[in-house]
Order: sequence, then C-alpha cells, then structure tokens
Amino acid sequence: MNLREIAEKLGLEVITGKTKLDCPISGGYASDLLSDVLANSREGNVWITIQAHPNIVAIAAMKGLCGVIIANGRVPEEETIKKAESENIAIMTSKKPVFELAGNLYALGVGGIKK
Amino acid sequence: MKPFKADLHIHTCLSPCADLMMTPKAIVREAQAKDIDIIGICDHNSGENVAAVKKAASKYGMTVLGGMEICSREEAHILALFDNEASLEKTQEIIWERLSGENDPTAFGEQVIADEEGRVLGINHKLLTGAVDLAVGEIVDLVHRYRGLAIASHIDKEAFSIISQLGFIPEGLGLDALEVSGNYKLHPFNYDSYRLPFITSSDAHFLHDVGKIYTKFLLEAAEFSEISMALKGISNRAIDFYPN
Repeated sequence: MNLREIAEKLGLEVITGKTKLDCPISGGYASDLLSDVLANSREGNVWITIQAHPNIVAIAAMKGLCGVIIANGRVPEEETIKKAESENIAIMTSKKPVFELAGNLYALGVGGIKK
Repeated sequence: MKPFKADLHIHTCLSPCADLMMTPKAIVREAQAKDIDIIGICDHNSGENVAAVKKAASKYGMTVLGGMEICSREEAHILALFDNEASLEKTQEIIWERLSGENDPTAFGEQVIADEEGRVLGINHKLLTGAVDLAVGEIVDLVHRYRGLAIASHIDKEAFSIISQLGFIPEGLGLDALEVSGNYKLHPFNYDSYRLPFITSSDAHFLHDVGKIYTKFLLEAAEFSEISMALKGISNRAIDFYPN
C-alpha cells in the first residue's frame, strides 16, 4: 500500500509532496503530542494528527515518515506548507476525525506499530 | 546588584484547577513567610485576579508581576508577564476573543474572581482551561506587542509543555525564557542547546506550594524592567539559576 492508494481510497486532499505518493507505507501512527511521535513512530509510517504547526514537517523528516494526514478539517499553517514543500514531505488533509481515519486505514490493511 | 527571590508562576482561585484557598491575601502571606520578593500571578487565560493580588501585596512591599498562562492552539502553555495592567487587559481581550466554551465547575473546578481579602466578586464562566485559537508563535508576538515577557511554561513536563506538544522549540520563536518545573533535576536536559535563559517556579495551585520553588535574580530593584534586563543579560542584571 502506498500513499497514492490511501489518498484515493480515503478521499484525502494532497497539499504537498505530490512526488512522494509512491512511498510504501510501513504502518500507521496517530498522536497529537509531537514528542510522542518522535519517540514512537516508525520509518515509513503514515501519521494522523490534528496538529498543523510547522514542527510536524521536521518530525516527519527526522523520522523518515511516508506522510502526514491532518485530520478533522484542520488546515496546515502557511509556514507548514512552505516547509513541507522545501523538504518534500507529503501532507494530506481530511475532514474526517482521527479515529475514523485510523479505522479506515486499518480496514485497508495498514497496521499499527508492532510492540 | 542585590539578590531577589522570584516565584513568577502562581495560580489563584481563578484557575479552575487551583485550590479555592488561593486567595490574593493568602498567596501574599505565604510568599512573605517564605521570603519571596517578587511573585508572578499567572492564571489560565485570564488576568482578572492580578489587581487584587497587587492590592494585597502593597501592604507588604512585595512586588507582583501581572500575567496569565496562555494555552496555545497546540496546547502548549506560555507564561505572559506584563509591566502594567493596561497591557495585561488588552492582551486578555484578544485572548478571550479566541477562547470558546463554557466552564463546567463540577468537571474542572470553580473560577473565582476575588478581591484582596478573598471576598467573591464574581465567577468567570469561560472555559479558562481551554486552548486559545492562536498558534504559539502568534501568542509570543501578541505578548511582545504589549511589551510583555513570553516564557514557555514547565518545558520538562509531559503535558502542556512546548516540547511535549511540538517535539522541540521552533527556531526563531522569540521566547524570552524557558521555565523548568521543580522536578527539573529528574529529567536532565541539554540546557545549553536552547540558547535561552532558564527560570524555575512553583506553578503553585495550593498555598503550601507558593514560593517553594523560585528563581534568584541579581537586580537593582524588584521591578518588571529589572527582571526583563536580567532575562536579556544586560546592564549586569542576571539570573542566578544554573540548572546544570
């Protein structure tokens, strides 16, 4: 499963990183505490959050995440978009809340991090 | 320069999570008993009890810096301290425009506006414990527009700290200082890497915590402008706190 497939199936709006959509997804992670994402997400994860601050781009880059889904109709800050464009990080948005998105991804076969 | 003890982060009975015994007079007496020279009053998203604490403190010659603890959109807490009440009120006005929801006293606690003696003047019905719809950078800019000091609260805590919420402190944010909680020794940080001054304070919600943790400053007088100079490290004013 790659980003393009989940973007299509979940009706996500791709804001940045259109060239990154072939990224194969290793699993999913959902959290709004960036310190927690930094500690626990895995390389290749797709990350669902309602945070829209520019720091999400840095976290995604540092952890080598496939992409970020900003949930619940929130929009990324202008600075976030700028940063994501310059670092080529895929940011997608959805009107759905985090729980629904995680459930949809699970149903598509995207698992969580294995503990 | 003379040493001054400052506890710049104290809640009053206006904060829903604070004890109702946190009346202006009781806070001042407790701080006095612990030889604190300067106190900062920082209730959640409101500065309505600052004037009463200043009145209560005037008898004791204690300096009170008025402020509030603002909760950003990302749920990071930022202390905002001001030189005068007009600046505090103007900032509060803007904060309240961006704060929605109504407090449920049974869930969060009462929000009492008190006079200097602790008599109830009114109840604030806003959801003061909520997040303001402003990004952390917008809050720092707002505080600076009114010549206030913006200090990131308890950055070593696991919740409501800029580091817990945002992973790290964004570059160029323009914070004036970083606060660590009294437990800072338990979670060692690479303090030098932040290139910002550090303070520590009690974040008191109960009377016995007032002044328990404080920062020692080297100043000419117990005034806002002197604290401001100490944070900038100018004119020989300094912070006598080395978390390392």
